Amino acid sequence: MAKPLASIVSAGLSKFGKREGVSGRELFVEAFKEAMERCPSLDPRKDIQALIIGQMSESFEHQCHIAPITSDWAGLLPTPAVRTEVACASSAAAIRYGVLAVMSGVYDVVLVGGVEKMTNRTTPEATEYLGMAADFPMEQWNGVTFPGLFALMATAHMHKYGTTEEQMALIAVKNHHNATLNPKAHMRKEVTVEQVLNSRMIAWPLKLFDCSLISDGAACAVITRPELARKFTDTPIQIIGSGHGSDTIGLYEREDLTSLMAVYRAASEAYKMAGVEPSDIDVAEVHDCFTIAEIMAYEALGFCKPGEGGRLIEDGVTTLDGSLPVNPSGGLKAKGHPIGATGAAQLYEIYLQLIGEAGDRQVDGCEVGLTQNLGGSGASCLIHIYRRD
Amino acid sequence: MDEEKPLTIEQFYKFIGEKRLMAVRCEGCGALFIPPRTICNRCLSKDLEWVEVKNRGKLITYTVIYVPPVQFQSMAPYAYGIIQLEDGPRIPGMIRNVEPGDIEIGMELIVDFEEEKDGEQEQQGRQGWPRWPRYFFRPP
Ligand SMILES: [Zn+2]
Repeated sequence: MAKPLASIVSAGLSKFGKREGVSGRELFVEAFKEAMERCPSLDPRKDIQALIIGQMSESFEHQCHIAPITSDWAGLLPTPAVRTEVACASSAAAIRYGVLAVMSGVYDVVLVGGVEKMTNRTTPEATEYLGMAADFPMEQWNGVTFPGLFALMATAHMHKYGTTEEQMALIAVKNHHNATLNPKAHMRKEVTVEQVLNSRMIAWPLKLFDCSLISDGAACAVITRPELARKFTDTPIQIIGSGHGSDTIGLYEREDLTSLMAVYRAASEAYKMAGVEPSDIDVAEVHDCFTIAEIMAYEALGFCKPGEGGRLIEDGVTTLDGSLPVNPSGGLKAKGHPIGATGAAQLYEIYLQLIGEAGDRQVDGCEVGLTQNLGGSGASCLIHIYRRD
Repeated sequence: MDEEKPLTIEQFYKFIGEKRLMAVRCEGCGALFIPPRTICNRCLSKDLEWVEVKNRGKLITYTVIYVPPVQFQSMAPYAYGIIQLEDGPRIPGMIRNVEPGDIEIGMELIVDFEEEKDGEQEQQGRQGWPRWPRYFFRPP
């Protein structure tokens, strides 16, 4: 395994859900307070030298310029702050550029994270704002939605590989179960395959329970240069790989609609940098914005061969007691998907798993973890690989 | 005459208003693009020009959208798909004049053009959206 790029010395997560009356900046402070409580030897104003925060859309709260706001509300001013945006992968981008910032030597300690406030809007409004991450002139213009884009991939995957609606439903069943074990999850409720299959149609073949939740939430992490990590904590988690892939914004321009090339590209970079293989991963948080996306992630991450993602969930490999638990947190599906917070929330879960504080959903003995955060219909993907020190 | 038209998305939709499906062809490698670009993303040539393409293609994948964005609420549910044109490029769009249950991957579809009047009606509720003419797919 490669030497660490950077170390995580603390992390925090707000409660996810319909957080009525709580604004984005307040959600971020909630996550920030947890990160500070976990790391008493860190003096926030003295030690944190920059804040990089992901947010997808200013439309929800009619509020741009979130970075200095969160720096101010966290009591960090005059700490400089900047926002990263690559749709749903916005906060994984914050993590990557935070890692690069400490690697550059310019900063010793950086706060990274993300936030999105969404439930103050109606479903059609939220659908429209989320749709803005799709291509305007050809896709939005013709009436596509995000569930619609993933439905196009699901239809193609079903046609090419025989993937079934039942296999997609099993992803929802697994992730809902995991969320019942996560006190911060948005929806802590078991669902059955029948319930998923009989739920309201959103974009055929995707039904309500194939879709992730519209949630409010925030997440953050403190990262530092590896040689400084022990100054702040006895249990640093090392970031050993980081990968970033891009693809066409238009789904229609991609040669193969059943493969997410940005994920393959990011995975190849991250695995190479980390010096690990897919078989070395003990636990992963992947981008299950729709059930088909988790199946396609298995394939692109090398957890199985192309076309065999449906079989992998059917065989129980990725359940909490399987050989490769995926989305122990409940995933975007049931923990919730406050867009800009998702990448950092994935990191938070892997951090808890690797320090052994994941409670009832703890994956025993895990040492190497992975997060995969997808932007839009796959024009961006960021992947990070972590290990216990 | 077409050679002088700008290689812009705006111009692509002006052609749609004239019921012409236009692509740009890269003179370096022959690739066709819809909508137009001014740098070929395959060979990086900057020598591209408008060509008319046949309005026939085959359905690659599709969905039926039940929960639409605000601007399309009066039309839901509607079918939406990606077709591969006979001449090569792929384009996405709404599929009309066919029951969702009768839609199949591989079926032949043609690109048709909305009458301008319909287009104007549809523009209601689309604040801040461009006033482009529309194309859609239907069985031949
Ligand atoms: Zn070319």
